[in-house]
Amino acid sequence: MNAPAPVLPERTSAWAMYRSIVGIGAFCALLIVTVFQATEGRIADNKARFLRNAVAQVLPAARSTVEVSLDSNGALVAATESAKLPVFLGYGEDGELVGAVITAQGMGYADNITVLYSYSFDLEAIVGFKVLESRETPGLGDKVEIEPHFLANFEALDARLDGDGTALVNAIVTVKQGEKTEPWQLDGITGATITSDAIGAILNQGSGYWLPALERDAREFQPPQSIKE
Amino acid sequence: MALKQVSPTDEFIKGLWHDNPVFIQVLGLCPALAVSNTAINALAMGAATTFVLLMAGLSVSLLRNFIPREARIVSYICIIATFVTCVDYAIMAISIELHRALGAFIALIVVNCLILGRSEAFASKHNPGRAMLDALGMGVGFTVALFFIGVVREVLGSGTLFGVDMFPDGFQTWTVMVLPSGGFFAMAIWLLVVNRIRQRQADAEKQAGERAGEAAS
Amino acid sequence: MKDPGYWSIFLNAALINNFVLAYFLGLCPFFGVSAKLETAVRMSGAVSFVMLVASVCAFGINLVLEAINAPYLRIISYILVISSTVQLVEMLMRKLSPPTFRALGIFLPLITTNCAILGLALFQTNRGYGFTQSIVYALGAGAGFALALVLMAGVREKLDLADVPELVKGTAAALVVAGILSMGFMGFAGLGR
Repeated sequence: MNAPAPVLPERTSAWAMYRSIVGIGAFCALLIVTVFQATEGRIADNKARFLRNAVAQVLPAARSTVEVSLDSNGALVAATESAKLPVFLGYGEDGELVGAVITAQGMGYADNITVLYSYSFDLEAIVGFKVLESRETPGLGDKVEIEPHFLANFEALDARLDGDGTALVNAIVTVKQGEKTEPWQLDGITGATITSDAIGAILNQGSGYWLPALERDAREFQPPQSIKE
Repeated sequence: MALKQVSPTDEFIKGLWHDNPVFIQVLGLCPALAVSNTAINALAMGAATTFVLLMAGLSVSLLRNFIPREARIVSYICIIATFVTCVDYAIMAISIELHRALGAFIALIVVNCLILGRSEAFASKHNPGRAMLDALGMGVGFTVALFFIGVVREVLGSGTLFGVDMFPDGFQTWTVMVLPSGGFFAMAIWLLVVNRIRQRQADAEKQAGERAGEAAS
Repeated sequence: MKDPGYWSIFLNAALINNFVLAYFLGLCPFFGVSAKLETAVRMSGAVSFVMLVASVCAFGINLVLEAINAPYLRIISYILVISSTVQLVEMLMRKLSPPTFRALGIFLPLITTNCAILGLALFQTNRGYGFTQSIVYALGAGAGFALALVLMAGVREKLDLADVPELVKGTAAALVVAGILSMGFMGFAGLGR
């Protein structure tokens, strides 16, 4: 890359410079916008399908879901537009509330980890878990996605709220592998301590944020139109 | 610099071995090592880079008389960035999973010195046909190099190839190979292999030359 | 959702997820300039400065892009800003320190194609860092890059004097050293948590 060239006999005129820069700029902009428009629909479909599959995995009992968000007063309302970390209420065959699905994100070892997990109102516990996005070390950190004993944590991870319904009675926390004694603890993975610790922190944060509102409003929540899975 | 008469086939072939971007020119290392932890990722990255190489080479060649000398690099960067953005969205439209696997490195194709280098050194000086052959050759050479690195890393590091288990259960994977260090090591090994082959070729040519010299004298 | 502390961001960028040794960013200058310690130090300085400026600009551009809802212009706008910054640094350096300018030679303009800078801008956007967080991240990345480059240069200078087989000389040896350095840096995992 050269600095501006010294004056040479055939130095390009200002007009030629403007013409080419604007021309190139216009050509590039046109191309980008065209491709963007052409792929927008397909990409939205892909993302929606991915999310639907993930939700079905963590909350199999749900036949339809409604995305919810919090309004300015902290009350549960139907989401008007899809959030980056969406939260859903799941309804079963007969329209009964079967659970909630929460997306949460936090810093793992290498980069942010995004997880999807389901909460059962009956059990007051987290009953499903799936990693949506992670850049953790293959063979080490990514064990949180597949290691059976870690996934067994989520059969019924206690997430009860206190008397006020404003916070978790016991913070969800990851402990060393083999040292789990309480239902709100996550049995970690040796060799993937940072990642499994991160999962615990992410779940704790996400639940602390969403569960109070969900517990308070979800049962009375009126789904606008059931959106078929 | 006088341009030799290079046949179209040679234009293509040189990117595969003689001027291989990764092993000979040592360009475009960042994606070569970052995305090659599995064979599939390596192929996908190679394909995406080849596409950008082709399109950028074609555009630069078509516009070569239109772009003034002073605005060369800026224009090339603009053009390359445009096609990279297109590839980024195209991959998202094809498969979200693939896009997640390749991550930020799709966007980083734009700073792959290979593409800017070829645009500047070749595409801007040749007609579109030649430029495309050169781009295709470099792209394929790049993809093949990436693939070799990816195969070594995946087979040794995860025990699989394209996701298929290669070894019986007892095999202890060399996890280091899928870690960043493994990328460096795998590349070093292939570089040694390539250097050895070239050394033998050079020795053979030297010997042939000496014999011809002796025969002549 | 949990906000990482500033110290944590800095350590992460500098050591734990070192841009060169963990993310494979900035390899061209890493192998190109690390043969001599002095050039390495100067290059690190230039790169760190460009990283800082690029980080701030990227933050600003992203705000604009989100306001006008044009995420597809991100790559092209980031890279154009980065090239301009590098041109600026080039001009400044030529004015203020000609010997450094000459010493760096072709590698100065090559900072534009340094994936580390574009990578920095993209990562910070993806992680949604705020303004101060971005600055800290850029400082950490620059420090990490400098550390890796200086370590590498130190080792390579010594290696030049050693009896290395012909086949391995040059890039292959540098790659092996980089691999070992990378393994060493993995030891920082868990720092500052």
